[in-house]
Amino acid sequence: MKVLRAPFQVRGTIHPHYHKGVTAGRPIETLPPPTIVQVPMLQHLGAPSKPIVNKGDKVGVGQLIAEAGGPISASAHSPVSGTVRAITEGVAATGRPTLVIEIENDGLNTPASPLQPKPEWSSQEPSTLIGLVAAAGIVGMGGAGFPTHVKINPPPAKRIDTLIINGAECEPYLTADHRLMIERPEAIWEGIRILRHILRGPHIRLAIEDNKPDAIRAMEKVMASADDDVALVVLPTAYPMGAEKQLIAALLGREVPSGGLPSDVGALVENVATCAAVFEAVVQGHPLTRRVVTVTGSLVRRPANVLAPIGARFSDLIEFCGGLQETGGKLICGGPMMGVAQVDASTPVGKTVSGILALSRQDVAVYETHACIACGRCVRACPMSLLPCTISVAVEAGQFEETERLAVMDCIECGCCAYVCPAHRPMVQFMRQGKAQIQAIRRLKQQQNPPVPRSP
Amino acid sequence: MTIPYSDDRPWILSPSPHVHEGSSVRGLMREVLIALVPAVAVAVFRNGLDAVRLIFVCVSVAVLGEAAARFAMRRTLSVQDLSAAVTGLLLALNLPPGLPSWMAALGSLVAVVIAKQVFGGLGYNIFNPALVGRVVLLISFPVAMTTWAPPDAVTTATPLAAWKTAWAAGAPPPAFADIYPLRDLFLGLRNGGLGSLGEVSEAALLLGGLYLLARRVIGWEIPFLFIGTVALLASLFYALDPARNLPPLTHLATGGLFLGAFFMATDYVTSPVTRPGQMLFAIGCGVITFIIRRFGGYPEGVSFAILIMNGAAPLLDRLTIPRPYGHRRRTSS
Repeated sequence: MKVLRAPFQVRGTIHPHYHKGVTAGRPIETLPPPTIVQVPMLQHLGAPSKPIVNKGDKVGVGQLIAEAGGPISASAHSPVSGTVRAITEGVAATGRPTLVIEIENDGLNTPASPLQPKPEWSSQEPSTLIGLVAAAGIVGMGGAGFPTHVKINPPPAKRIDTLIINGAECEPYLTADHRLMIERPEAIWEGIRILRHILRGPHIRLAIEDNKPDAIRAMEKVMASADDDVALVVLPTAYPMGAEKQLIAALLGREVPSGGLPSDVGALVENVATCAAVFEAVVQGHPLTRRVVTVTGSLVRRPANVLAPIGARFSDLIEFCGGLQETGGKLICGGPMMGVAQVDASTPVGKTVSGILALSRQDVAVYETHACIACGRCVRACPMSLLPCTISVAVEAGQFEETERLAVMDCIECGCCAYVCPAHRPMVQFMRQGKAQIQAIRRLKQQQNPPVPRSP
Repeated sequence: MTIPYSDDRPWILSPSPHVHEGSSVRGLMREVLIALVPAVAVAVFRNGLDAVRLIFVCVSVAVLGEAAARFAMRRTLSVQDLSAAVTGLLLALNLPPGLPSWMAALGSLVAVVIAKQVFGGLGYNIFNPALVGRVVLLISFPVAMTTWAPPDAVTTATPLAAWKTAWAAGAPPPAFADIYPLRDLFLGLRNGGLGSLGEVSEAALLLGGLYLLARRVIGWEIPFLFIGTVALLASLFYALDPARNLPPLTHLATGGLFLGAFFMATDYVTSPVTRPGQMLFAIGCGVITFIIRRFGGYPEGVSFAILIMNGAAPLLDRLTIPRPYGHRRRTSS
């Protein structure tokens, strides 16, 4: 195994205040499963899961309660044993409406996992293991939640030469991945090897930002005897270094083509927590029913890293962390740069929820918006080399063709532009508005001129 | 079932990101005011109460004029962003000592009302307001705007004007090294040649400019390439014909070059946003400044150069749109 510095420069980036020290040194604590869990059917990208249980059904820990709702979707499992109380309309942490399966915990922890573990995975066919990953309901746990069994099964024409493991955790405040790398490096490393076996031996690049030296040491130790196609890459600490496109650029010097996928440039990126989930599914037969969540922010009395069952509500985790000093700031699912503001703490934890932040009014940015003064700070901060200021002005003026020409569709919504904007403009909101308009125009055009079916 | 905490004060809902670095328009303008302190100090040292008078008139008229204009247009008050104060101060530093107060007030009004608020206020103006104010005064009152009250009584013309007069008459340029030692020109304290209130001390302006650079309020591109271009062209011409050209260091140490390069050309609103655009902008400013100084009718061309390049800034931005990540080619302009 080699240890490298990131060989390529990334464009733009910012250096926010990280606030990671609050929880970085705190070992992961296990949240006792609450009496009620609410498993959302939308915890991933793609189609929602389809419930296969009914009100009143008895379920066990790990039992399949919802199956994938399409080719890009994921199954869901019960994190507790007990009785299905209701299947109701709810809201996912992303703010989108979703069905929610509500289960009352009987506290008996009756196991009912459907998975057949394959501890001797190295002698298994990749397709068997991909099936196991799908059956475990694993999705990308870094934030986007792309179903993992789809990601690790690219079309044969796309050769994956490098599997990038994302341990960057560049969002401020969050330390869930950081703690996982310190406390469960063997699980992550075995998960990485399973994924490597499935992908038929690509190069491995585990990327960690240099603000986590203890995580780097822990991973280096378990990976020490690996071959030379495996490297631990130490990244400079900058935001958004852990964004998929930026990571690929920093490690491989390749750019994912506009509108394309990492597999178009031979790369595949998986988060460290996803790797640990793969290990638990393949070796131990556990479906994905819990994850580490960093509960922090100035309002949380006792900030901690919490191993929480999927479906536990934010309020359960907050109470476990001593409750809040006060309310009325901002309650955020995820990090402060890309997280989603919550209406209240009743949201259930999903597979992609890496953090719960309760920030005071003083911490959060609430400003009056000024006209763009064209200072160009956003241009220098943008990791995609866009002109956020020019795009935002075009959106304000309703010039949507102009925003399309300025590549607003390539915006990754990282928030660097808004973070540095002295005029306090809601830049990410402008970008989303521009994207939504372009998509609406495209749909309209398609309706007016539907593609002509070719005669055979 | 009760939803915990939601009945207390409601949580704030707004799009990401939820944190900000803490910068603001007002904060940036305050930095510019701080950076101008050395230049103001030199102005007061050299001209005493007369400098105080001009600065007071320009700043107060700019602030009150902007407030009145916003009020008349039924828009929200904007003077708290300090940009009107910066405009007023920069205009004052661009005026000759002894200029009548009413002229200064008129220039200040033109700057904030016509050049700025009529266009929509800070962010929408195309031309640097302070420079529009100065140029309107220069064209309207050419005598008053080029009459320099001599505190040291060596000469009544600025170094650049003295040279231009000699050059126009076909005479050899005055022996600058004797009249104005380079060190005095650069420090601008006593025997530093005449000029506008705030332009005489390149040392004070450099100090303020370096402060803005260190505080990352401005980038190096515009000031250094502007000054560098003038230096390069001046060196070239001086090397070809030293008898009929000013020495390059004299070019740098006189006129409004430092004031313009560090404080006027770097105005965010009226300069390009892309780095290559800013570089072209600065080089353009330098070339036009030198052409006017060397061949034009006016002894000094910094104001005109910046205003002309202000007009070109949107075009420069269009020409220099960066290649976005994942795109083969630059976005066509």
